[in-house]
Amino acid sequence: MRYIPHTGDDVRRMLAAVGASSLDDLHESVPDAIRLKGALHLPEALGEARLLDHLERLADSNDGARMVSFLGGGAYRHHIPPAVDQLLLRGEFFTAYTPYQAELSQGNLQAIFEFQTMIARLLGMEVANASMYDGASASAEAVLMAMRATRRETVVLSSGINPAHRGVIDTITQYLGDGKTTLPLGTDGRTDYTALDASIGEAAAVVVQSPNFAGVFEDLPAARKLADRLGAKLVVTFTEPLAYAIAEPPGAFGADIVAGEGQSFGVPASFGGPYLGLFAAKKDDVRQMPGRLCGETVDGDGKRAFVLTLSTREQHIRREKATSNICTNQALCALACTIYLTLHGKNGLPILARQNLATANAAREALENAGAKRKYAAAHFNEFVVTLPMPAEVFLTACRAKGIIGGLPLGGTRGFGENDLLVCATELNTDEDAKRLAAVLSEATHAY
Amino acid sequence: MRTETQTVFERTHPGRMGVVLGDDAPSATLPADLARKSAAELPELSEVEAIRHFTHLSRRNFGIDLGMYPLGSCTMKFNPRVNEAAARLPGFARLHPKTPAELSQGALRLMHELQGYLAEISGLPAVTLQPAAGAQGELVGLMLIRAYHESNGHPRKKVLIPDTAHGTNPASCSICGYAVETVPSGKDGRLDLDALRDAMNEDVAAIMVTNPNTLGLFESGIREAAEIVHAKGGLVYCDGANLNAIMGITRPGDFGADVMHINLHKTFTTPHGGGGPGSGPVAAREFLAPFLPSPVVVKNGDAYALDFDRPKAVGRVHGFNGNFGMLVRAYTYIREMGPDGLKRVSQIAVLNANYAKEKLKDLYHLPYPGPCMHECVLSDKTVPNGVTTMDVAKRLMDYGFHPPTVYFPLVVRGAIMIEPTETESPERIDDFVASMRAIFEEAKNDPDIVKHAPHNQAVKRVDEARAVKRMRLTADMEN
Repeated sequence: MRYIPHTGDDVRRMLAAVGASSLDDLHESVPDAIRLKGALHLPEALGEARLLDHLERLADSNDGARMVSFLGGGAYRHHIPPAVDQLLLRGEFFTAYTPYQAELSQGNLQAIFEFQTMIARLLGMEVANASMYDGASASAEAVLMAMRATRRETVVLSSGINPAHRGVIDTITQYLGDGKTTLPLGTDGRTDYTALDASIGEAAAVVVQSPNFAGVFEDLPAARKLADRLGAKLVVTFTEPLAYAIAEPPGAFGADIVAGEGQSFGVPASFGGPYLGLFAAKKDDVRQMPGRLCGETVDGDGKRAFVLTLSTREQHIRREKATSNICTNQALCALACTIYLTLHGKNGLPILARQNLATANAAREALENAGAKRKYAAAHFNEFVVTLPMPAEVFLTACRAKGIIGGLPLGGTRGFGENDLLVCATELNTDEDAKRLAAVLSEATHAY
Repeated sequence: MRTETQTVFERTHPGRMGVVLGDDAPSATLPADLARKSAAELPELSEVEAIRHFTHLSRRNFGIDLGMYPLGSCTMKFNPRVNEAAARLPGFARLHPKTPAELSQGALRLMHELQGYLAEISGLPAVTLQPAAGAQGELVGLMLIRAYHESNGHPRKKVLIPDTAHGTNPASCSICGYAVETVPSGKDGRLDLDALRDAMNEDVAAIMVTNPNTLGLFESGIREAAEIVHAKGGLVYCDGANLNAIMGITRPGDFGADVMHINLHKTFTTPHGGGGPGSGPVAAREFLAPFLPSPVVVKNGDAYALDFDRPKAVGRVHGFNGNFGMLVRAYTYIREMGPDGLKRVSQIAVLNANYAKEKLKDLYHLPYPGPCMHECVLSDKTVPNGVTTMDVAKRLMDYGFHPPTVYFPLVVRGAIMIEPTETESPERIDDFVASMRAIFEEAKNDPDIVKHAPHNQAVKRVDEARAVKRMRLTADMEN
């Protein structure tokens, strides 16, 4: 067994050293009554060639990974420069543990420090943590933090929040208060703040996603105004952070907490995970923040050094009084993000974002010319909702016949109808893709 | 300043870029009221400078690939390369999570089969792969317990937790609205069944046990403990952090656990990645199945699908389908090892820990004598001249080892928690033992060298207090 070095002689020698007569003896503290009789019922061991062959077959049967695609809705298809993964595969990075022992973890710690800096700058905030499980859990933790900081339970949420993220927020907060109010989207696709029940005079948080689930940019100054009126924290979430390469960031509109998904930055789609939760806040609230934080300090010689800090917030110290039960971050995904942002940098990331915007505009215009209606007039980034002249599922079946995944059908999602489709176009989609998508719509309209 | 200690921002040179985006790429702009006023101050480096920067960083970091990493409770075993190859297959890596089921059958089949493998290994048939980490698995497990009690009309009030537990256990209870009551362990480091009997009543929703526990001891009375809890209508939660000690030997479902989480990044070789991502699937008894988070993977005839239609589900904890890339790695490992391989993993993990303990116990205090499981806990009680566990840990770095876990579990003062894992050869453990013994001698004859360690790392001992007092969390903060 290649992962277990011990030969028969090694085992005999070691058993003698510990005074046991057999490997079975080592488990003598396991009472006989609860010992497994016989072997585990698992498939027999495979050699590497057959193992990889089996896995390649499984992977190859995912036709969706090869098709032209317009899927977004919380996970985004972006090109990842090969340099990112080649650096991630350095064993010093990926086979390391959490950098609790700072002296031999300076590499990971400095990378986290650089990550925190880049995320704070991109989102226009003062501090960012070392990352969270994913965008959904980061959003839920943002709501928890607002509840802690204000000692209130009422939370006002936009219905423009990604439904799965809303699901996680609801799950995580279900035992901690039930004062949730949902604001609808207005006709332009942005949250309608005037719909708030007039009886609500205060709240822990106003939570709004921008760009929202329908792809449009929210009116953040209006959200800030409402939060002020309610004495609430303004929580801005997102699923496509690339937008902030060219859009004014939430921090500039006075957001108190910004949380969302960082998968777009160098993390593969990978059927939904592992991803990267981004979390940023104001410096004054740092002790209310969940998750790990890396700080700069010095070593015994006065040289610059990095270390995990403010850990008294965390569960291994505070136990049941911790700010969060989360102990891991997504360090390797955060490293991918840091490398990705470094390679694109101040100049490349806006170019990429404008490319996404242009591709999405082209796809939308092509669909509109083929008979789809743009559902919302407000400005979008790289995804948008169209209303088709037929059920989205009918259109998607026609797309599939042409080797295209045409988007995400919104039937069954609150506020949308079965003819509504969420379409996402990134730098990976060509003009040709958009033309083909529109051609399918024209044909399907004739046939329908 | 030496170049390898520069931050990426200090390496920035205005106008540089490390990607090629195509000169003919289309471009569009946002309306003025939405447009960013000035570009985010991200670094500006050529690709070669970027590669060098991160390569320099990697050289200031210790991983399993460089040496033994005997962190108790963390199971830092070798990360197989075939796992990495599998997770990177384009059919997995490029698969969007919203891909329709008929176009993602391979991924769903892998998930369904992995659910089955974990059910078999744990002896608990109902599995969700959604939790992104062990702590999130704990949270889901507790939510299942709460949902079950609520379905019987009363959620109950508190959870019993032994004093040897991981800190995430009580933190997870808080989020579920449960109070925590600590149960002291007995003189032998195991659950005190009499104390448990006294503490157990109709207000107790569950007990959270780690088995083997964090002292590296198997809770031999676990079945009796489970009976005590079950008799009063409570459930038994098993923290699966230490599953690496018992695979193929005993199953939590067979010793009375009702629900557990499994750390794929410990037992099933998915990389720790410098602190994540992990993966913490939850396995439970059949009567808890209706409460599992949505979606779960189901098989209808020959086709696999995600089932969202689950009215009793506790909700969801992940944006999509769990940390799928980690599931691929764990699946790959299980298929390579097979049932006999996994059992041998546990046997050798236990052999290695006992071997290290035997070779050190004459010098370092062993608070709980007797055979251990996959890890052993020593302490600094016998180390002379005021040399502490932290000093020993820092000095081990100079000998080429990552330190063991220190000052945990809390029930042992100055704890040194050693978990070699099965992937370390006897000669590596001999080296580790020799280093630990050498450090003990140094503590006797030249304590300062230990107290001021490490001496040959990237930095000397770091000033943690200053990091708190003069907080600098980004390159833009004053300090």
